[in-house]
Amino acid sequence: MLGSISNRQATWFVHKFRRADLLRSADEETLMLGSISNRQLFQPRSLTDALSMLRDEGPLVPMAGCTDLYVALNFGTLDDTRFLNLWPLDSLRRIEMRGDVLSIGALATYTDMRRSPLVQKILPMLVAAAREIGGVQVQNRGTLGGNVANGSPAGDTLPVLAAADVVVVLRSAADMRRVPFSEYYTGYRRSVLGPGELIVAFEFRKLHGRQWFRKVGTRAAQAISKVVMAAVAGDPPRIAVGSVAPTVVRLPSTEAALGRGASIDEARQILLEEIAPIDDARSTAEYRQRVAANLLARFWNDSFITKSRRTRNL
Amino acid sequence: MRSSRGLKAVGRNVLRKDGVEKVSGAARYIDDLSFPNLLHARTIRSTIPSGHVVDIQYHGDTTGFTIVDHRDVPGRNIVALIDDDQPCLAERTIRHFAEPIVLLAHENRERLNAVDVQIAYREATPNFDPAASKTSFKTIAIEKGSLDEGFAAADVVVEGEYRAGHQEQLYIEPNGAIAVPAGGGITLYGSMQCPYYVHRALKVLLGLPDHKVRVIQTETGGGFGGKEEYPSMIAGHAALLALKAGRPVKLVYDRVEDMVATTKRHPAVIHHRTGVTRDGRLTAIDIDALFDGGAYATLSAVVLSRGLIHASGPYRCDHVRIRGRAVMTNTPPNGAFRGFGAPQTQLAAEIHMDRIAGQLGLDPVRVREINALRPGDTTATGQRLGDCSALQVLRAAVERSAFKRRRRALAGTNRGIGLALFFHGSGFTGGGEVALASKASLALTGRGARIFVASTEIGQGTRTMHAQIVADTLGVPYDCVEVNAADTGEVPNSGPTVASRTCMVVGRILQRCAEEMRERLGTLTPGEYLRTHGPLVITKQYEKSSAIAWDDHSYRGDAYGSYGWACDVVEVEVDPDTWQVKPTAFTTVHEIGKAIHPMLASGQIEGGSAQGIGYALFEEVVMRDGRMANCQLTNYIVPTTLDTPAIDVVMLENPYKHGPFGAKGVGEMPIDGPAPAIINALRHMGIDLREIPATPEKIMAASAERTGSGITKSRSARRYTKPSSKTLHALREKP
Amino acid sequence: MLFVRSPRVIFSLNGKRTRTNAHPMKRLLDVLREDCGLTGTKEGCGEGECGACTVLLNGAPVNSCLVPLVHAAGSRVTTIEALGGRHRLQRAFVEHGGAQCGICTPGMIMAAIALGPRPSIEGIRAGLAGNLCRCTGYSSIYRSIADASRRALVRPAQKHAAFERRARRAR
Repeated sequence: MLGSISNRQATWFVHKFRRADLLRSADEETLMLGSISNRQLFQPRSLTDALSMLRDEGPLVPMAGCTDLYVALNFGTLDDTRFLNLWPLDSLRRIEMRGDVLSIGALATYTDMRRSPLVQKILPMLVAAAREIGGVQVQNRGTLGGNVANGSPAGDTLPVLAAADVVVVLRSAADMRRVPFSEYYTGYRRSVLGPGELIVAFEFRKLHGRQWFRKVGTRAAQAISKVVMAAVAGDPPRIAVGSVAPTVVRLPSTEAALGRGASIDEARQILLEEIAPIDDARSTAEYRQRVAANLLARFWNDSFITKSRRTRNL
Repeated sequence: MRSSRGLKAVGRNVLRKDGVEKVSGAARYIDDLSFPNLLHARTIRSTIPSGHVVDIQYHGDTTGFTIVDHRDVPGRNIVALIDDDQPCLAERTIRHFAEPIVLLAHENRERLNAVDVQIAYREATPNFDPAASKTSFKTIAIEKGSLDEGFAAADVVVEGEYRAGHQEQLYIEPNGAIAVPAGGGITLYGSMQCPYYVHRALKVLLGLPDHKVRVIQTETGGGFGGKEEYPSMIAGHAALLALKAGRPVKLVYDRVEDMVATTKRHPAVIHHRTGVTRDGRLTAIDIDALFDGGAYATLSAVVLSRGLIHASGPYRCDHVRIRGRAVMTNTPPNGAFRGFGAPQTQLAAEIHMDRIAGQLGLDPVRVREINALRPGDTTATGQRLGDCSALQVLRAAVERSAFKRRRRALAGTNRGIGLALFFHGSGFTGGGEVALASKASLALTGRGARIFVASTEIGQGTRTMHAQIVADTLGVPYDCVEVNAADTGEVPNSGPTVASRTCMVVGRILQRCAEEMRERLGTLTPGEYLRTHGPLVITKQYEKSSAIAWDDHSYRGDAYGSYGWACDVVEVEVDPDTWQVKPTAFTTVHEIGKAIHPMLASGQIEGGSAQGIGYALFEEVVMRDGRMANCQLTNYIVPTTLDTPAIDVVMLENPYKHGPFGAKGVGEMPIDGPAPAIINALRHMGIDLREIPATPEKIMAASAERTGSGITKSRSARRYTKPSSKTLHALREKP
Repeated sequence: MLFVRSPRVIFSLNGKRTRTNAHPMKRLLDVLREDCGLTGTKEGCGEGECGACTVLLNGAPVNSCLVPLVHAAGSRVTTIEALGGRHRLQRAFVEHGGAQCGICTPGMIMAAIALGPRPSIEGIRAGLAGNLCRCTGYSSIYRSIADASRRALVRPAQKHAAFERRARRAR
């Protein structure tokens, strides 16, 4: 019953009208709304169980906090019918030190991260990002793994992960691999995650230098980012921006320029070449460019407030 | 009128009648109701903005479905309102995206959604530009004095064009209705403001007599005008299905459908040309307004009318011409929204006033003091004002907010302060109340009385406030006054719950009922009276004061029985990096005659002001090819807790002799002022914006035009005050 | 181990052990309203923006429109109906104008409960940022919550007699 149906015909426009259709442009292909009774849910008892199901029964859509998934299901923009419930797998919720590496399980919620003394100590910029994601209700359910798996270029934690050079731990029934975050996304909402793989954890090495985070959304709370930046004032600095390209981006040239002592005006120019924002229903490319450049300056100003630097930067 | 001494309910914050049910989750809204054998319904809508339906095909299993199209309409296929131009179900012509064409009903929602209706169209070229529209729904001209004379007396002429976009009402409960076939007729339950609008629309649509249609308002989760006329449409759809199926039918929109298909505030472009003397006196006002009505007339004519009557603001001027048109475009129809045209026109008037002040080198308070209407002055329609509190609210707001001191203190920073002076007519425009001839009834009960009015409780406190008026007039405790449900089978037609009329107009009729009941009771208690004389029901009808005169042809005379007066002062902070505007302080002074229930009245002012802040800063309907592209709450941005400043409300009382206990209207006025006050606060910072919403993108552009490089460089470098800690996270260094 | 269609889901609903045969992927919101008959929880948007559907899941506020039933399995679910109309927050919302049209109110109160005792104004604003109200402009909601937290400390004796009476009638 599910699957693609209506197509555009030569002179007539054939269409039906449901919530899913309202959200699409008129000439996109339309999909049947998924009906609940057609949905199959796979309920693993352990991670091993989940990985076997994924191997044997896949493709399955993993379900974590459902704050993105259920929006898509409610709006009928997702036509998948087979789901894998990861939520009960508490082993994926751990936040712990492994040697000198901070490991955050994929199912750790934003609330878990905000409350974790380890995250507060080692990754304050992640706490800042988690605090600004949606309301409390969303923070209680949304997970770090879900934010990464959803892969929206506006995902609020993604610049933090990029700036921190996190390692994404992927597991399949047969294998485990560690992928540097810079290699994780391959395009707009596309990643290296294989069909039989799950994101299980994120590994952070301690960072040197002040951490900085700023989200510029459509309003003060419950907002989707127009520009979101995370940065670490190390030597050289690390800077990542979201909502300005098909995926979250690091700014290697800007970082290098600042690292070698370039002026902030010079760095702003370089930044503009490293991002490629677009116009959409929420903002404009020009706004995103100018704000990204301003945030860069603000980060730099906030991070190095010695008198001489300040004079030079401003 | 009684003195307020000795009043036990009026003027006090008695417990609201519907409070306990609402906080306990017991209140039943439309989607909370169910009936045996209930069918669920779905609306199939156009996916083009203009053209013709060529063919309709059904794919999937439609056995057991009830399917309705225009051929199933037993009466006239219109949504009866003012102009009968809008079909309840499109026949052939499509004038806007999301126009209803076919209705489906089935008991199983999954099966309902599984059917695919394919509609083939022949598309026509749509027009989305009001200025290019060839169809006017209404043209109005208001003239006073002679413009030539006025401009001849002017030293300076100031001209400008101002724009406002759509605004979505965004009641949190979407539109919905349940129709139940009953004895050859229909009983309709729904979320609505105006049961008798729905009643009339159903009679016309279904070809039924009065007594075969019964409309019952269910608990209504916000309206703001959005449930003034649209419920007639959704009720018609549910009723058509229910009659055909012979079973109850529930039709409740989800958020997306509600945003895409239902009415919004009219976008408007308003042009001002004003003559003014060097010392700041207005000599001539020439205003031209263009309202985008969308695809059908709905209430555009009256929205335009109220808009134009308020267009010159609360100012005196001998020579005025206000012209306006509401025109058709191929977008979903625009309709009623709190303020009803006045927010758009007073936005323009108040930005323009600050520009006049700027050109003359006067401060914004001074130019308003010079020109504010005073008792004895005449408005643009020639209405001579007895009472007028424009100067009082202005002075009170300026003093309370320390406007002048703050204006000096903030000069040259990334913060600004602005004000707006505004007014709002209570009740229907012109002869509207006479035409409505509203009725209200009061029935004696063993304990006190029971109120029968069609005025609806939509959050603003109708039940509570009416009961207070009756209690004190009748001399019984507030708890002894009950309020009947707004059910057309039981209550008389008190007119619609709109236009800030529920307290002032309907409340006054109820007060007259209670006065007569008091007389009849004499020395008897209600219980004694009932035992001695049997039931007592008193019904009264609206009576126009002989002092009120209006001529609808010349648009001259007393446009409203009375006006409320208000002044908003807003401080804003603009983030130098992001151009985001944050209102940091908000003072509002409202003169509303008499606050029957100060807390409810203040709640109206706070809530209306918050909607006005949204209108000013965030709320933008992104229209693409005639359809709302941001039809989700994720992308249509209304203020959250963190976007709304504390609102300092001051209510002044100046009793209106024809209002109950002196009360005037309060519901709409608060939304007229915040947007111009905020835009004027930005102007204080040197940002010349003449359009809302003032999104960061627009402020960026306006700042760039002004300085060539934007406020970031010119201001932030040297005079930047610290952004609030909420928005900036400079995090501590690693230990 | 594998569900296809519907095995029984068991959870605690307002302190009562509850079983349902509803599909495990049905929204908790719909299960509460349709299968359990508790219509106090409202739907405003279906996308986790408005907070009208807020319930407590193991004591933490969540948007029930974004929670599959299966995620409530073995958990405690608390809805507005659990408060019985006499909770101090409910009283305060009536007395201070925190409820106008009332459609956001149940969700608002459930989110407010999770603020804990004596929240600061900043805590209230941050904690309610996921609940939209279109009527009040929020100030009266803050006043309601502030008053309720004061009441938690001092119990006035008779002031609320009228409220109690009305609350009993409503039930």
